[in-house]
Amino acid sequence: MTARGGDTPSPDLRSIAEIAPLIARREVSPVQLVRNCLARIEARRELNAFITVMSETAVAEATAAEDEIASGRYRGPLHGIPVSVKDLIDVAGTPTTSGSAVPPRRPRHDAPIVQRLRDAGAVLIGKTNLHEFAFGTTGDETAFGAIRNPFDMTRSAGGSSSGAAVALHEGMCFASLGTDTGGSIRIPAAACGVVGLKPTYGELSCEGIVALSTTCDHVGPLTRTLRDARIVFDVLKGDGSLEQPARKQSTRSTRVTVAVPGGYLLERLDVHVRAALERARTAIERDGHTVRDIDLPEARLTPDVYLHIVLPEASRYHAGTLASNAAAYSPGVRLRLEMGGYVLAEDYVRAMGLRQVLRAAVDRALDGCDGLLLPALSIPAPTLGAATVDIDGTPEPTRSAMLRLTQLFNLSGHPAIAIPSGTTPAGLPLSMQIVGRYGQTHQLLELAETLEPQISGGAGSVGGGTG
Amino acid sequence: MKIADWLAAACADADKRGLSELKPLLESLARSTTALRLADAAVQEKGDEPSADTEA
Repeated sequence: MTARGGDTPSPDLRSIAEIAPLIARREVSPVQLVRNCLARIEARRELNAFITVMSETAVAEATAAEDEIASGRYRGPLHGIPVSVKDLIDVAGTPTTSGSAVPPRRPRHDAPIVQRLRDAGAVLIGKTNLHEFAFGTTGDETAFGAIRNPFDMTRSAGGSSSGAAVALHEGMCFASLGTDTGGSIRIPAAACGVVGLKPTYGELSCEGIVALSTTCDHVGPLTRTLRDARIVFDVLKGDGSLEQPARKQSTRSTRVTVAVPGGYLLERLDVHVRAALERARTAIERDGHTVRDIDLPEARLTPDVYLHIVLPEASRYHAGTLASNAAAYSPGVRLRLEMGGYVLAEDYVRAMGLRQVLRAAVDRALDGCDGLLLPALSIPAPTLGAATVDIDGTPEPTRSAMLRLTQLFNLSGHPAIAIPSGTTPAGLPLSMQIVGRYGQTHQLLELAETLEPQISGGAGSVGGGTG
Repeated sequence: MKIADWLAAACADADKRGLSELKPLLESLARSTTALRLADAAVQEKGDEPSADTEA
């Protein structure tokens, strides 16, 4: 755990589940954990994972946590744990830049979701870089330097919660808060080999978070392991008590059924992604679970419905700043925001109606099964700045390829999680996504834990093991 | 409003605002709007008109 000699300390990639009991027993020092994370942030500056590093307050908070634990007041599994927050989310006393050169807001209060972390004793180590205003999936349009994939510096870390995923992979923190409007938690988690959870719509408050699309925005955790995702989610839900792991023992039967939705969702997959899906499927069936093929024809409507909802909602939020300070936006982000101002009200209403068709279709797809199984990302991490990617010899717009498998569940609001699923021959992470029933995020987490051995191919999450 | 009329008006407005680079995006949006309206019409034709509930 301790930083080794030299300029580049080795990362501490243990899970929260592993390290929390050691903190509780005072065998690990939160102050030392924070110092290690700060050293990792400094050592890998070139990845551009962070916008604001809260060194002084983090050490002070860790010291307070250590003192509190020493006095016998242990709050639970996040007590003394260094966490980061996407810089779209308000933290009192730090600017919320949203990854933009647009003047930041300067909140006097924490977002309620951040307050939950503080109440649990977590240590806020800093605010992570993102695709500007969360309006993109590649992390290369930001005023704070393109976020680089730690597996290959020439590639995107995914987005928009790019810095959050990089920070976790690199041991710069133990959990991170991200937001997800079309896949912005799951996509970077998939690109960087970590776990990303988008809960059910509305389950966690988005108050104090810069909006992109108020009817599609979600907030949730990125972690190194599935178990950690559950620990953090419980805290964010306000249910992170000391007894939580035992009380939440699964009552799920040992045999589960998942459905693989064919058609639109799977018709444009990179060869390595398709192979990972087949590997996962074979392993799940081999271990006695059931995998069904289903059709989800309505999914083909997803990009058109998504566009006519997210564009005008984003445009509305930014209308004032676009009018007064348009030049401060990245050119691509500005154009997408401007485009939203041209969507007609009648088409927004049509899209909102079709959204209910999509939600009902996902509900039907989940009839008689425990969850849906599909990749989280249709391609491995693309090259930074690439306008198109090649899939089976045909060019595909990078933006479409990144969003294809995730945005449906922002429209429908169903909970979904991205789980590492091995790597390509070149060593880039692959990831599977499991989608649960509406309002049943805890059951989704249980299902994911059941299937993780088959999906990961035995490799477990980054850091080793499921914690 | 017909999509062709909307597109012409939107492109003219973009030109007037000095945002000519917006025009290819608006053309792409027009194709998407055409698909959206066809899908909506098909749903309504089936008598399965959904509500415009704003909750996800």
